[in-house]
Amino acid sequence: MNMNEQNTLAVKDLLYKMADDLLILGHRNSEWTGIGPMLEEDISFSSMAQDKLGQALALYQLLNNLGEADPDTVAFTRNDHQFHNCELVEYPIGEYDFSLVRHFLFDNAELLRYEMLMESSYEPLAKLARKFKGELKYHKFHGDTFVMQLGKGTEESKKRMQASLDFCWNLALGIFEASPYEETLIKEGIWQGEEALKAQWLAAITPVLEAAELKIPDESTWKPVYGGRSGKHTENLQPLLDEMTEVFRVDPGAEW
Amino acid sequence: MIIKSLDPRISRAELDADASMEQELQPLEHFETYEVFHQKKRGTHHTHVGTVHAPNPEMALLFGKEQYGRRGVSVNIWVARTADIFASDYDDSDIFSTTPEKQYREATPYKVMDKINEYKAKQGS
Repeated sequence: MNMNEQNTLAVKDLLYKMADDLLILGHRNSEWTGIGPMLEEDISFSSMAQDKLGQALALYQLLNNLGEADPDTVAFTRNDHQFHNCELVEYPIGEYDFSLVRHFLFDNAELLRYEMLMESSYEPLAKLARKFKGELKYHKFHGDTFVMQLGKGTEESKKRMQASLDFCWNLALGIFEASPYEETLIKEGIWQGEEALKAQWLAAITPVLEAAELKIPDESTWKPVYGGRSGKHTENLQPLLDEMTEVFRVDPGAEW
Repeated sequence: MIIKSLDPRISRAELDADASMEQELQPLEHFETYEVFHQKKRGTHHTHVGTVHAPNPEMALLFGKEQYGRRGVSVNIWVARTADIFASDYDDSDIFSTTPEKQYREATPYKVMDKINEYKAKQGS
């Protein structure tokens, strides 16, 4: 692929939304550290949150190589309307059922996204996708196992998981908001695009949810929550950024 | 009184500082334990690395991987219910002691390095 102006813009747009999703959800999920429902799960969930921050860093580094500011500046000095994450990832952690269902929906999409990107004509991204594969496989395994366990658990766990699935559904559909560069990305073989990903995602999660005896909301009620990719966010994002950057802002030039 | 903490997550949880910490354990609040074994390289033996709490083998595997496999190299992991391990009794620990007069049965008293070094020296000269 020729990195002309149009292709560079398209790749940057793709990298920004992927990196921002990971940074914001990584930060959210790390809020469970120390207060998770049981020690083993606290460690597992925290470890996956760290994986996400590591993946975000690697993507910000690619952006830096394409001429954007360095990863710390990009991560810690933007305001909410400059972030390209989907709204799903910025919601507060809520109760554990919500955090688990969000993780299940998001990480199933992540694994498939990076499997597609392993074939990307933008080689640096294909290389990263191959590197992340093991972590993402575990994240999916973790999400699927918990959903099956709790979907078929007690009356209360079943009710909570279904309620969270209903709440998350349209937000999760917002993951697949098309980029203004969608056509270029597909034509240039950078990746197959959000529509193709959404179809694969539905095919992947449907059997898991069926096995867990949970119901996907009726298709007539689907209303994807779009806007996050172009900087429109809920009131939940800015407080997260304020908290995340609190230490950085004390001395932005500090050497760590 | 609600706990105010430097950790914003704790403040957000609005915990009652005066609430009693004593709680009776409910039936699903405590899982049984599984022993975790990991393998560093295909073909080598699995080594016991620790224990996890889990409601079933799948969850034990899930937790075992993160507790014991997230640092260092693993290629495979086993979990087994602690209750399924058939173990000797500590009261019978004396079965492992052996009378000292039978040192010829053990490899430790053999001193072979002197002979090897002597042989090497001879070869070298």
